[in-house]
Amino acid sequence: MADLEIPPTGAVDLDRVIIRFAGDSGDGMQLTGDRFTSASAVFGNDLLTLPDFPAEIRAPAGTVAGVSAFQVHISDHEITTPGDEPNVLVAMNPAALRSELGRLAVGGTVIVNTDSFDERNLTKAGYRSDPLTDGTLDRYSVYEVPMTSLTKDAVAPLGVKPRDAERSKNFFALGLLSWMYTRPLEPTLQWIEEKFGKRPEVAEANRTAFRTGHAFGETAELFDHPYTVKPAVQTPGTYTSINGNTALAWGLIAASQLAKLPMFLGSYPITPASDILHELSKHKNFGVRTLQAEDEIAGIGAALGAAFGGHLGVTTTSGPGIALKSETMGLAVSLELPLLIIDIQRGGPSTGLPTKTEAADLLQVMYGRHGESPIPIVAAFAPSHCFFAAIEAVRIALKYRTPVVLLSDGYLANGSEPWRLPNLADLPDISVAFATETNHVSAEGEPEFWPYLRDPDTLARPWAVPGTPGLMHRIGGIEKQDGSGNISYEPANHERMVHLRADKVAGIANDIPLLDVHGDVDDGEILVLGWGSTWGAIDGAVNRCRARGQKVARAHLVHLNPFPPNLGEILRRYPRVLVPELNLGQLVKLVRAEFLVDARSYTKVQGVPFTAGELEAAILKELGA
Amino acid sequence: MTDLTATAAKDWASDQEVRWCPGCGDYGILKAVQMLMPDLGGRPENTVFISGIGCAARFPYYMNTYGMHSIHGRAPAIATGLAMARDDLDVWVVGGDGDMLSIGGNHLIHALRRNVNLTILLFNNQIYGLTKGQYSPTSEVGKVTKSTPFGSLDQPFNPVSVALGAEASFVARTHDLDRAHMIETFRRAREHRGAALVEIYQNCNVFNDGAFGAITSRSARDEMLIPLVHGQAIRFGKEREKGVMIDGQGRALIVKVRDVGEEAILVHDETRTEPGLAFLLSRLSSGPTEPTPVGVFRAVPRPDYGGETNRQLAAAQDKSGPGDLSSLLHSRPTWDVA
Repeated sequence: MADLEIPPTGAVDLDRVIIRFAGDSGDGMQLTGDRFTSASAVFGNDLLTLPDFPAEIRAPAGTVAGVSAFQVHISDHEITTPGDEPNVLVAMNPAALRSELGRLAVGGTVIVNTDSFDERNLTKAGYRSDPLTDGTLDRYSVYEVPMTSLTKDAVAPLGVKPRDAERSKNFFALGLLSWMYTRPLEPTLQWIEEKFGKRPEVAEANRTAFRTGHAFGETAELFDHPYTVKPAVQTPGTYTSINGNTALAWGLIAASQLAKLPMFLGSYPITPASDILHELSKHKNFGVRTLQAEDEIAGIGAALGAAFGGHLGVTTTSGPGIALKSETMGLAVSLELPLLIIDIQRGGPSTGLPTKTEAADLLQVMYGRHGESPIPIVAAFAPSHCFFAAIEAVRIALKYRTPVVLLSDGYLANGSEPWRLPNLADLPDISVAFATETNHVSAEGEPEFWPYLRDPDTLARPWAVPGTPGLMHRIGGIEKQDGSGNISYEPANHERMVHLRADKVAGIANDIPLLDVHGDVDDGEILVLGWGSTWGAIDGAVNRCRARGQKVARAHLVHLNPFPPNLGEILRRYPRVLVPELNLGQLVKLVRAEFLVDARSYTKVQGVPFTAGELEAAILKELGA
Repeated sequence: MTDLTATAAKDWASDQEVRWCPGCGDYGILKAVQMLMPDLGGRPENTVFISGIGCAARFPYYMNTYGMHSIHGRAPAIATGLAMARDDLDVWVVGGDGDMLSIGGNHLIHALRRNVNLTILLFNNQIYGLTKGQYSPTSEVGKVTKSTPFGSLDQPFNPVSVALGAEASFVARTHDLDRAHMIETFRRAREHRGAALVEIYQNCNVFNDGAFGAITSRSARDEMLIPLVHGQAIRFGKEREKGVMIDGQGRALIVKVRDVGEEAILVHDETRTEPGLAFLLSRLSSGPTEPTPVGVFRAVPRPDYGGETNRQLAAAQDKSGPGDLSSLLHSRPTWDVA
């Protein structure tokens, strides 16, 4: 843990602050936000982040389309969202100000890089007059800092090229914010050394810009005082800062070890899932094989082939990739082989909003296939939960010999939070045995292997992998005779097989945790039922409503197919049920259809998560309060 | 435990009734494969046949090995995963021209360029059989079928040319009426480490009967099939009186040996690094009505994908040791809360 630096005299304590860094795509705002986050994590704050960047790698410089933003919420107590309205906006150019100002809380702080507020940039951003002088910012505390020129002046003696010097201005901003919020400097200085050690002149420029920004805060007499946000009281343990995609990749590696099976990932690059492929590709010493396939179909096909060979087959994608994979998902249902399909949801349909979050693939993964084709669905609810959700999804896939869909989304994928590392001994043993012996005797009295002779409890079929003598068998997408697995077009057999596949998946309900209810469990006037990344905002909203004296309960689904066995009973227990979703109401359709309850829907499809404030208002409205 | 006792052809035949149309060329191919298998010294349990969809794709059901009858076009992709995961297995891919060159064309070319250790049998009958007679990506221009009553407009693929263009390390052609040639070609393909593609001219006696008769029938073969034999001059004809030469403009021509002299006839070298000459040979005929080369066009050593994958895994373990989950979770900055 970094040494706590003594707060400067007169520092003012805050219980939390929400900062939004915004600039051009080339300004390094994601990096700036990420470094501020890391320093805050090491400092001991609780935190959550919301990276928000355009799909274009480099949209035209200076335009609103090219604005890249990073929001971080740091706190001295436990928080579950990246914050509703930022308290502070750092705007590196006019486009960033124009694009992001509307999000800022009234009375909030705006720190602008005045060097970029020239006529050309103002025009590009669509400003007809200068917002710094025309009254646009009257309702905010504005700090005008010529960041580019201060940075250039500071690094000029180092002999850095003007262009490189200019590029260090994000470190100036980071230094300034680090002073304002009393962040430890050491983690960032150390990171600069590690990252740019091989290019000493760049490292020195960034270091100098960072220190200059810090010193500017301290000496410029522009700011009255810095702030502190004290460390949060956290459960004892070892923590790291993690985003959802990394947690998910690590969860897969853990699952592979817990299952004692080598992992095979077949994947095709797609935002926002690609980072899982990147992360897993690094860990070959864990026996992880990764294939960047020629397309989405080949990605899942190769994973299924590896599963046939006795590996843990995994494919990763986003919504459009699921559409391409769906025929192979049907094959996996028919073959009854373990397979994990990971969908990091994004705004759709089609290319939609590839870098923005949405959770509108639930019905696609539930029903978006040909034929009666049930697939279990597990959904992660927080960045760090992706680790455990991956293990749970793999557990189900292996035990029941079924494809399983794991849902995450762009917000979880890229959002970071502190994560108390789990005790590895607490992780479950999810290993399963391959078939090694014949399991049937033929009419002629010969021992034989029936690939579809099921375990009577789980209805799972045996997993006999190539290389096992005596168990040679053929499987395929054509309907199979119950038991023997031979091709069968017999009508009654098909109906029986359809039911068996459905019963197998439905039976998983007996093998998953009961749904927990939180809040006013016994006397709630309303139940807020959620799934996926809405967890944090729902938790925050329910707490706020209860603080107002309302009786509110909440429950959050990790298993979406099958549902936990007590879901129906819970839904009927409360007079009202509200289901907030980042789609047009998908879970709500499922629960209304299955349980005949008058669950209400509250939806948002703007490519950004719910805020706790929005949901608070929605709950109060539903209660008529 | 691997059984080392020798196998017989019958050990490789499953108990399933073969359900191709009577007279289908597929029977001969199945028989050739089942006869070859004991000679290769492998074991049924270590052998896998993966297929897509189509008449040819029923093949795995008839082999007493591990097998998967998958979905249309995807067999090379599924087999890629299996061969990468399990390089101890003999993995075969079986499919037709529609399966592998139309709906699955993408997977075929990528399996070839990656050099995945697969033996790929492409049954080319120039027609869609299972869907009852539509033209295929290898059908000749002008083909009249149910879906092209006025004749097809599509330029066909030449599978050997496609494979060579896709960086295949082994490409061969044979036909369903010559069992000895099939067996020898399949053996060569199987013994090649990497992706081996064999195009098999296969007669569909229901929807495209006699498509290859002009070159593969017993009476036509001597004059119409040009055997490619490594290290030998490319000659054919009853008296081997014809041959192939490359002219001054780089064209492959069929010539009379006595006109140009024996030394002018091209000596076949399947191991040339550059595939250009093999490609020229693949273009000698524009379809199975003209003298057509059969045999191994190209056989060059190249590291196979699964082997290279395993090499990277082994190198990573040598460098970093076997993966340790606790170290992984602590691999980013951590802090302790007391």
